[in-house]
Amino acid sequence: MTRVTGTPTPTGAMPTYLGMPAFPDAARKAVANSQLRRNLTHATTAIRTKRAKAVAELDDWEALRQAGKAIKDHTLANLGTYLTRLEENVTKAGGHVHWARDAAEANAIVIELVKRSGARKVVKVKSMATQETGLNEALAEGGISAIETDLAELIVQLGDDLPSHILVPAIHRNRAEIGDLFRRTMPDAPADLTDDPPRLAGAARAHLRSEFLSAAVGICGANFAVADTGSLVVVESEGNGRMCLTLPKTLICVAGVEKVLPAWRDLEVFLALLPRSSTAERMNPYTTIWSGVTPGDGPESFHLVLLDNGRTATLADETGRQALRCIRCSACLNVCPVYERAGGHAYGSPYPGPIGAILSPQLRGVTSPADASLPFASSLCGACYEVCPVAINIPEALVYLRARSVESKKRYPERAVFKLSAYLLSDARRLAAAQRAVAASRHVAGRGGRIRRLPPPLSGWTDTRDAPAPPRESFRAWWARTRGSAPAAGRAGQPPGVGADAPAAGPASQSAPGVGSDATDAGTGAAG
Amino acid sequence: MSTARKEILARIAAATGPAAMPAEVDAAYAALPRGYRRAHHDPARTDIVALFAERAADYRAIVERVQPADLGGAVARVLAGVSRFVVPAGLPPAWLAELPAGAAERIVRDEPVLSARDLDKIFGVVTGCAAAIAETGTIILDHGAGQGRRALTLVPDFHLVVVLADQVAADIAGALARLDPARPHTFISGPSATSDIELIRVEGVHGPRNLHVLVAG
Repeated sequence: MTRVTGTPTPTGAMPTYLGMPAFPDAARKAVANSQLRRNLTHATTAIRTKRAKAVAELDDWEALRQAGKAIKDHTLANLGTYLTRLEENVTKAGGHVHWARDAAEANAIVIELVKRSGARKVVKVKSMATQETGLNEALAEGGISAIETDLAELIVQLGDDLPSHILVPAIHRNRAEIGDLFRRTMPDAPADLTDDPPRLAGAARAHLRSEFLSAAVGICGANFAVADTGSLVVVESEGNGRMCLTLPKTLICVAGVEKVLPAWRDLEVFLALLPRSSTAERMNPYTTIWSGVTPGDGPESFHLVLLDNGRTATLADETGRQALRCIRCSACLNVCPVYERAGGHAYGSPYPGPIGAILSPQLRGVTSPADASLPFASSLCGACYEVCPVAINIPEALVYLRARSVESKKRYPERAVFKLSAYLLSDARRLAAAQRAVAASRHVAGRGGRIRRLPPPLSGWTDTRDAPAPPRESFRAWWARTRGSAPAAGRAGQPPGVGADAPAAGPASQSAPGVGSDATDAGTGAAG
Repeated sequence: MSTARKEILARIAAATGPAAMPAEVDAAYAALPRGYRRAHHDPARTDIVALFAERAADYRAIVERVQPADLGGAVARVLAGVSRFVVPAGLPPAWLAELPAGAAERIVRDEPVLSARDLDKIFGVVTGCAAAIAETGTIILDHGAGQGRRALTLVPDFHLVVVLADQVAADIAGALARLDPARPHTFISGPSATSDIELIRVEGVHGPRNLHVLVAG
């Protein structure tokens, strides 16, 4: 076996994939990749239609969604109570509970447990939490190889790639690319392996079989952890989860503290919400539920690592905390026009898409350019909120985080622009002088009356679009010239909305976004 | 790691305010809005056993409805082509009563306990179940009598499962209420599958690729 294991990807504690540029730069490159766009459009279009159908089948979907939201909110509001209850019941059932403040601490606990078992190799169920902590890379540094067993994770691992979707980390690859990859990197791939998805799935089955049968340690995440019974729940499709949860002697589960649910009966809500939102099925093929250890059945030792890693900081923020309701279904990715075009890698985080844009900056709690740009990676169309099975108001959170991101900067061009406009707009003479000055600048415009490049900070506007050349004359000047009265007294004679349609209007005095249009010029000027 | 525990709980208390009394938390929980329907089908008006059979078949499992009296014959017929199969302890003997003479050699028992590699050499397994869900076409194993430990229904490539009509609940809620949370559980909805290539469902990955369901009654 050559390349089964240990393909270290860039690392960090909840990695900002190192060297990742901020969203706009990453997205620009991704959008230029037409194969990527075709793959994403193909996959997300198919799943969108199917999800809508699966959801429409339950006429009480909205009530389920509101119950899911209410249960999660209640749990988050009483998180300490439910976590200690979970700990008590997992322990009673024969499991061991560990607490990890951050990624490094979680990884250290896992490495120590694996070493104690004597194993040098672990099999893994797809898990967002361990993706977040960069566990595979940490294990590799500790001399332990981690084998990803989920098909898409395997594709990512074999391709030395990064995940780009919560549910289907290799969504950016189509069958032909996956076929190539398998033929190239899988030593035991059949010589006549085609790109037919069932054949590719069959190759993965054969490839991983002996790993499952000989594995001593399994590592998983959790979809849900039930406080009153100490149950852990893993929802999956392929059976790789069942293999990892059942065959090894030692099982280690890394779960974010927000995964806890109060009671067994809450599963009736979440097992209805998750599969329909995620893979658009009435139920996913396999769900494993266990509590501690069962003598004679499955692992002999079970460890639960409860992970904070920025979650308690997120909890402290009343608007931001709703992101902790997320059950990682990825419905918001599949409907997002920005995700569909930019792809998951542009978000520079294990959590891409709309939910990633609000979760990553909060969990990481840093203001790297990548994180600061994420809340802006949205057109605020609201499709994500509509499909979210726990009703996370992602647009609301995005706008809120944008404000926070802007406020955290000491200096930013918008503030200067607004200060300047306030100064100019508060005095009619100043405004008229400024408008004459802007009109005089029209000769810098190129052919067609467009300005292609403005100096910084106005280049922020012309980087992505042309600016129209200012007109020869401002609306106010035109009004004064043709109607003969002073512009400052223009309020009475101005019919509503006339500014926008006036001959010389349009972009008139607009030298940068955010400086009011003519209509507001006139109004504010008169008021001043 | 108890410092980590203490610190995380302190961070939570700082974020949410000090913890309420357990009784208050439980009262707030009991008052949560649950406007959804706990059953989407009324057993008085819908044949929920038929619904279960239909929905399990949607996943491309092979589903047959048989009369309880014909169960032994159906099991024998389905297993006719199976070279060797595991029979877990506690499987009702009547289910195997009509296997042809000499079939005993094809039966493998989990005594002494079979290793994963041993299991991998056996093609099939036949079990009962703990409950089933009509709405979603799901079979639930609690790995008690007649079902075997979890590995027995995982490693072999062919799983024949018998579902009795009275084990079928209309919906998820009803099925969950029948289960003992202390036991390990496997929910099975069709043969193993993946949506990892272009988000298109493909049957047959690591779990049993062949799921045959006999619904008795």
